[in-house]
Amino acid sequence: MAGETTTNVDRTASDGVLERLQNALEGPNTLGQGRTFWIGFTALVGLLLVYPMLRSSYYVSNTAYLLVSAFLGLSLCIVWGYTGIFSFGQVAFYGVAGYTFGIVSINVTGPVGTLAGLVVAIAVAGAFAFFVGYFMFYGGVSDVYVAIITLAVTLVLNTFMGQTAGEEWAVGAARLGGFNGMTEIPSLAIGVGDTAVRITDAAFYYFVVGSLLLTYLGLRVLVNSDVGYVMVGIRENQDRTELFGYNTQKMKLGVFTFGGVLAGFGGVVYASWGNYIDPSVFGLTFAALPIIWVATGGRKWLSGAIIGTFSVAFISQKLSVFGGQYSLVILGALLLFVILILPEGFVPQLYRRLPWLVDRLPGGESE
Amino acid sequence: MASVLPQLLNLLLQFIDSFGFLVLSAIGLAIIFGMMGVINLAHGEFITVGAYGTALSFHAGLPLPVAMLVGVALTTVFGLILEFTVIRRLYGRLLDSMVATWGISLIMIQGLRIVFGSSLPSIGTPLGSVQYGSFSYSTYRLLLAGASLVLLGVLYWVFTSTEFGTRARATIQDEEMSRALGTDTNRMYLLTFGIGSALAGLTGALYAPTMTIVPGMGSTFLVEAFVTVVVGGASVLVGTSGAGLLLGFINAVFSNLFGTFAGRMALLVTTILVIRALPRGITGLLEDVRGGT
Repeated sequence: MAGETTTNVDRTASDGVLERLQNALEGPNTLGQGRTFWIGFTALVGLLLVYPMLRSSYYVSNTAYLLVSAFLGLSLCIVWGYTGIFSFGQVAFYGVAGYTFGIVSINVTGPVGTLAGLVVAIAVAGAFAFFVGYFMFYGGVSDVYVAIITLAVTLVLNTFMGQTAGEEWAVGAARLGGFNGMTEIPSLAIGVGDTAVRITDAAFYYFVVGSLLLTYLGLRVLVNSDVGYVMVGIRENQDRTELFGYNTQKMKLGVFTFGGVLAGFGGVVYASWGNYIDPSVFGLTFAALPIIWVATGGRKWLSGAIIGTFSVAFISQKLSVFGGQYSLVILGALLLFVILILPEGFVPQLYRRLPWLVDRLPGGESE
Repeated sequence: MASVLPQLLNLLLQFIDSFGFLVLSAIGLAIIFGMMGVINLAHGEFITVGAYGTALSFHAGLPLPVAMLVGVALTTVFGLILEFTVIRRLYGRLLDSMVATWGISLIMIQGLRIVFGSSLPSIGTPLGSVQYGSFSYSTYRLLLAGASLVLLGVLYWVFTSTEFGTRARATIQDEEMSRALGTDTNRMYLLTFGIGSALAGLTGALYAPTMTIVPGMGSTFLVEAFVTVVVGGASVLVGTSGAGLLLGFINAVFSNLFGTFAGRMALLVTTILVIRALPRGITGLLEDVRGGT
C-alpha cells in the first residue's frame, strides 16, 4: 500500500476547483475512484433524497434509523479499520452522548436546550474518549488489552446505568430510570424560540442524510490526507511508523478521541430519533453490533463500513421480524463466516469484481 | 474491640471468596491466552456450558459431584471440537480470533436460550453456612476458594514437572524450534485449548450451585476474567494468582465499605491504573525485578 501512495496520487496536476476537490477525495485509502464511481455515487445520493417522496413515513423513519447507525459504524471504521485500535467500546461513547443529550435537553427546555445538548454531549463523549485513550495509549497498552479495557468500560457503564432506577438517580429534571431508560428526550430543533424547527420525520431524515454525506466526504479527505497515511502506517506497523519520527501515541489518542466524537454524534441523533435511551446501549449485544457491521462490510474501507452497517442492520431488522429468536444466531454465524472466509469483508470483494461486471455491460467502460 | 474482630473476619472471608472467584474465572482464559495468544471472548459461554452440563445432569438425577464431572467433560469436548473447526484457522490472527470467538459467543447465548428456555431450575447451594457472631458465611463458597488454590497448585505441577508441561513451555517460547525438535505443536495447541476449556467448564460446574442458571450468565465471569488476565499479564500462574490477590483485596475492601457496585468499579479503576503503570501487568513487574538484580 505504501508503494501505491506515490504513484497513484499526483497532487501537482490539480488546476481546476473540481479536480482539486477530486484529488482531495481520492487516494489509496478509499475504494472508488474516477468518473464511474462518482456518477454512481451521485445517483445513490439522489435516490436517498427522493426516497421520502416514494415511501410512507414509517419506512422513512426506519431508513433514517439505519442511517444513524452508520455514524457508529464509521467511527469504528476509522478507529479499528484504519488505525488498528480494536475498540470494543465504541458504543460506550454513543451511549454516554445519548444520555448526556437527554440530561441537558430535558433540563434546558426549548430548541436552545437541544442545541446545547448536542454540543455538550459530543464534548462529553470526546472528553471521555480522550480520558480512556490517554490511559491506554500513554500506558503503552497494546491491541488486545485495548479491546478488553474498552469492553470492560462499556460493561461497567451498563451495570451502573442499570442500577439507577431509584428516585435519587436524577440530574435536575432528568431521571436516569435504570433499565426502564430515560424517556421524553426532546427531538433536535434548530432556531430560537417560536421560529425554531423541530427536526422530526422527513426533516430528521434529511438531517441524517445530509450529515452522513458530509461525514463520509470529510472522512474521505481525512484518510487520503497525510494524517490518513500515518493512521494506516500505525495499523500496518506501529514500530516502523514511530521510527519514521511520528508520534504514534499522540496520533492514536487523537484518532480515538475523534472516533468518540463521531460515535457521540450518532448517539445524540439516536436519542433524538427515539426520544429515548436505555442501558442496553452499553450491553454486550449492542457492543457486538458495530463490530459485525464493520467487519462484514470491510473494516479497512469507509464505503465498506457504511454499506456493511446499512445492510447488516437492515438484515438483522428483517430477521427480528421474520427470524425471531434466530436473528442473533444468524448474526453470530455471519460474523464467523466473514472472519474465516472473507477477512477483508464483502464490499472490497464486490468492488474488485465490479470493473469485470461493468466491462460486460453493453457500453460499459472500465479504467 | 469486640465488634472489630468479626468485621475483620468478614472482610477476610470476602477477600478469600473474591480471590477464588477471580482466579477460577480467569484461569482457563489465562492459559489459552498465555500459551496460544488466542483471546477467547466466548470464555464466559464455555463456563456457561459447564454450568448447564452440571445443572442438567443434576436434574436428571445424578449426584452433584458426578454432575460436575459431566459438566467438565462436556465443556472439554466442546472446546476440542471448536479448536478443530474454528480456532485452528486463527492462530497468529489475534484480533480476528477475538472477533470470531465473539461470534461464537453470540451464537451460544441465543442457542442456549432457544434450546433450554430463559433459565434452568437452580441447584441450591450445598453444605450450609459458617456462623460467627452476627455474620454467617456459605461454607461452599469457602470451598470454592480452596478449589482455586488446589487448581493453581496442580497447574504448577503440570507445567513444571510433566513432559507435557515442558513441551508446552517450549512451544510458547519458540514454536518453530520446538517443532524442529520433534514436538507436534498443533497437538500441543489442541491439548492446551482442551485444558483451558476444561478449566472453564470446571468453573461453571463449581459455580452452578451458587447462581441462577441463565444463557447470559457468562458475562458475569467474562469481565472479571479479563480484568484478572490483564492485571496479571502473560504468565499464567504468577500473573493470575498475583492479580487475584491484588484485585480480590481491593474488591473485598470496597464491597465491604460501599457495597457490591463500588467493589466492581474499584476493580476496573485499579485495572486501568495498573495498566497505566505496568503495561505488561504483574508478570512484567516481576520480570523487571528479577532482571534488575
